[in-house]
Amino acid sequence: MTTKNVDKTGVGKPDSRDYTKKRSQLKLIMYRFSKNRLAVLGLCILCVLALCAIFADVIADYQTMAIKQNIMNKLQPPSAEHWLGTDQYGRDIFARIIHGARISLTMGIGTVLTSLTIGSIFGALAGYYGGKVDNIIMRIMDVFLAIPNMLMAVTIVGALGGGLVNLLIAMSISSIPRFSRVIRSSILSVRDMDYIEAARACGTKDSRIIYKHVLPNAIGPIIVNATLSLANTILSISGMSFIGLGIEKPMPEWGSMLSEGRAQMRYHPNLVIFPGIAIALAVLGLNLVGDGLRDALDPKLKN
Amino acid sequence: MARYVFKRILMMIPVLLGISFIIFAILSFSPGDPVMMMLGDNPDPQAYAELTRELGLDKPFFVQYFNYIASALKGNFGKSWITKIPVFDEILARFPTTFYITVGAICLKVLIGVPIGVISAVKQYSIVDNVGMVLTLIFASMPTFWLGLILILVFSLYLGVLPAVGAESWQNFVLPCVTLAIGSAATLVRMTRSTMLEVIRQDYIRTARAKGASERVVIYKHALRNALLPVITIVGLNFGVMLGGTMVIESLFAMPGLGTNTITAIRMKDRPMVMASVLYVAFLAGVINLLVDLAYAYVDPRVKAQYLRK
Amino acid sequence: MNDVLLSIENLHVTYRTDEALVYAVNGVNLNIMRGETLGLVGETGAGKTTTALSVMRLLPDKIGKIEQGKIYLDGLDITAATEADMRAIRGNIVSMIFQDPMSSLNPVLRVGEQIAEVLRIHNDKLSKSEVDRRVDELMEMVGLPKERKVEYPHQFSGGMKQRVVIAIALACEPKLLLADEPTTALDVTIQAQVLAIIRELKEMLNTSMLLITHDLGIVAENCDRVAVMYAGEIVEMGTVEDIFEEKDHHPYTVGLFGSIPDLDKNIDRLTPIEGMMPDPTVLQAGCPFYDRCPQRMDICNTEKPAEVMKGTHMIKCHLFSNVEKAANVEKVGEV
Repeated sequence: MTTKNVDKTGVGKPDSRDYTKKRSQLKLIMYRFSKNRLAVLGLCILCVLALCAIFADVIADYQTMAIKQNIMNKLQPPSAEHWLGTDQYGRDIFARIIHGARISLTMGIGTVLTSLTIGSIFGALAGYYGGKVDNIIMRIMDVFLAIPNMLMAVTIVGALGGGLVNLLIAMSISSIPRFSRVIRSSILSVRDMDYIEAARACGTKDSRIIYKHVLPNAIGPIIVNATLSLANTILSISGMSFIGLGIEKPMPEWGSMLSEGRAQMRYHPNLVIFPGIAIALAVLGLNLVGDGLRDALDPKLKN
Repeated sequence: MARYVFKRILMMIPVLLGISFIIFAILSFSPGDPVMMMLGDNPDPQAYAELTRELGLDKPFFVQYFNYIASALKGNFGKSWITKIPVFDEILARFPTTFYITVGAICLKVLIGVPIGVISAVKQYSIVDNVGMVLTLIFASMPTFWLGLILILVFSLYLGVLPAVGAESWQNFVLPCVTLAIGSAATLVRMTRSTMLEVIRQDYIRTARAKGASERVVIYKHALRNALLPVITIVGLNFGVMLGGTMVIESLFAMPGLGTNTITAIRMKDRPMVMASVLYVAFLAGVINLLVDLAYAYVDPRVKAQYLRK
Repeated sequence: MNDVLLSIENLHVTYRTDEALVYAVNGVNLNIMRGETLGLVGETGAGKTTTALSVMRLLPDKIGKIEQGKIYLDGLDITAATEADMRAIRGNIVSMIFQDPMSSLNPVLRVGEQIAEVLRIHNDKLSKSEVDRRVDELMEMVGLPKERKVEYPHQFSGGMKQRVVIAIALACEPKLLLADEPTTALDVTIQAQVLAIIRELKEMLNTSMLLITHDLGIVAENCDRVAVMYAGEIVEMGTVEDIFEEKDHHPYTVGLFGSIPDLDKNIDRLTPIEGMMPDPTVLQAGCPFYDRCPQRMDICNTEKPAEVMKGTHMIKCHLFSNVEKAANVEKVGEV
């Protein structure tokens, strides 16, 4: 009776009730994502961004265009030679923005991976062992959560000094509680299910249980949180750079471009407008993709 | 109810202690010598030793920490290493600025965000909804300080109607509040919208309609009252976050508030000032969270019943 | 004065979702007389709730749509009425009780206020004390102490909440009460109480009722007439005696009765009806019960059966249309 939705090869149409095969579930998620126009737009933006980051050197040579100061050329408006104009040191703004993409993405991804890993370990320990371990870990997370993110980051960077590594540490710490929560709740939602007990009764090793049952459950929320966390990180890094506590000059980070350009803002707004647009686009793309993923994973949540 | 409040206040203590430990540790083990900072590059060895002893920096870390907590519990948070003024004098002097910015931003954000969120939900998929959703996405993705810069560009530099820096009069607060408000209003709109949509799907809304109630009554009396509950919580939580996060905005608009003070203190390695600032903000955030929870209990009879039982 | 209070003619209702178009109600005809109770039985998904919601015009906005057909309530054309007209009659001329009492009441408003609301909407001339008095009266009518009107829904049990819902529904003394599985979510003992209250009030006010249920026992005890619904169509309708005692039935009805365990018999397995309801996104050309009918014929797949009347008993099945035709032919032949 419900065979109407399955064609001859047995592959289900998008709304087939075939929940057992994991592969078709992935296809289902991808299908739903692709139907969401905004999400696809976000993905395109991210692709452009990633391409800029990867091919930055090809598009515009780092040393000559982004870093080297050329006072003769300073504060040029947008032209054929300098698409977005030049800043007060004669550096090509377009080149700086492209290289800024690389910096933002690298720092952002690095931060997310770090906090994801550390957060997952803590969350896994808390979720799996429960009881006292869970309590202690969650309390510690609460303490970290009670400190506003920026404050924490500023304190760490201010105290430890600037530089990429310290910035990475500072940014990661704010995101760790979030990821540990995600993993912990994934584990908790699965841990007490009857089929886990059944699996254990058959002698299945814990590691296999985690691999087969917990991970698939957790991957969805992790990815969604990762994209959103990346968006936040990029915003935070630019904010930190703006107040001078982030990426050091002369590296072309978008936030520091904004703080540098401020003085010239009145007569050369391009110094300030374009880097800001770059940040906004990156974050927008990530937000759209994150939202799209969330809707694709669980359409019931969509309104 | 009083027992619940008391319990909550008690629970804040370990959190504050935890925070104090972490921040103290970070500041104590960071590179850079605060004494050098204060005395200059080539200090007189005797003055150096004296100052070090005076500030207690010759003692081991844990002793320093315990001494700090001990005197903090007596209400003495020390003097700023840079200005030599008791830290709380400075903090309390600067607090109003930060407070006004935060409160102003929250009021604006609620006044803008909630109505738009409600209308978007009630008229789902309409023009208002679609435009609203696009705008919130864009504004939520913008860095706040960039928005601030643009606003300064337009209103201060081009139009000249509002000042960009300082905190003399109320006009100085307009741009900072608006900047902060717009960014977080975007999130509030989405939150309100999704809560409203959820509430409108509830059975009791259908019951209200089945009574023949007009759509206005259904939305305002039945839906909104239920939808606002989680919104109250979010706004309240946001208050605490804002207090701690006004740093960037204060920097941008050169306002003498807690944020700029904290940044300077960190740069100058002024440990007592940093500790006091962070603890103050954390404490306020905790108190506000508590107030929000109480307000929630006041408004939602189910929660009130839970608290009364406790 | 017309005895027919509610008349539904050829009602077609669809639900339009992002993924599909669902044909929920496909050509329903039914009447309810003044003062009578019509039971509407069928499986989950048959379209019973949709039919009731259509009478109230409370289908989900933009998703549910009355594609075709007419509904007349006490002379008023529901399908053509304006929203303002509908608001005037909802809660007033026709009321509805829903299935799940746990979520039917607004959690942040006091119970008395929720009852008073429906009174004030339809009787704006009443003074505050009159409204209060009436609320007290209604609370007592449904068997709740009037002092509890200042309490909140979460302070009441499921059965009591349902009584509040009944009080709200009958506050303005409506002519028609639509009860959608009012006792399904309640314990069996509470069920009996709630049904008793409904019966009592019904008689007191001479209200007609459409009682939706999947429980044939409830139908037997509370209804005057019964309609059996399957996949959006009424396949059989008649008085309670017709349905319970007559020997001719639609095969679906036979299946329904057959699925009920019989206390007197000793059997090993229950006999459910094989298969599942057809896909509601596909419009059936023939009889919707074709796939599962143990007595199906070829014609059942291609042609919709006509509604065959035998006195008060209607059966929509090809099995009987032939008999009818044959009987008619005989009669004609006799003359």
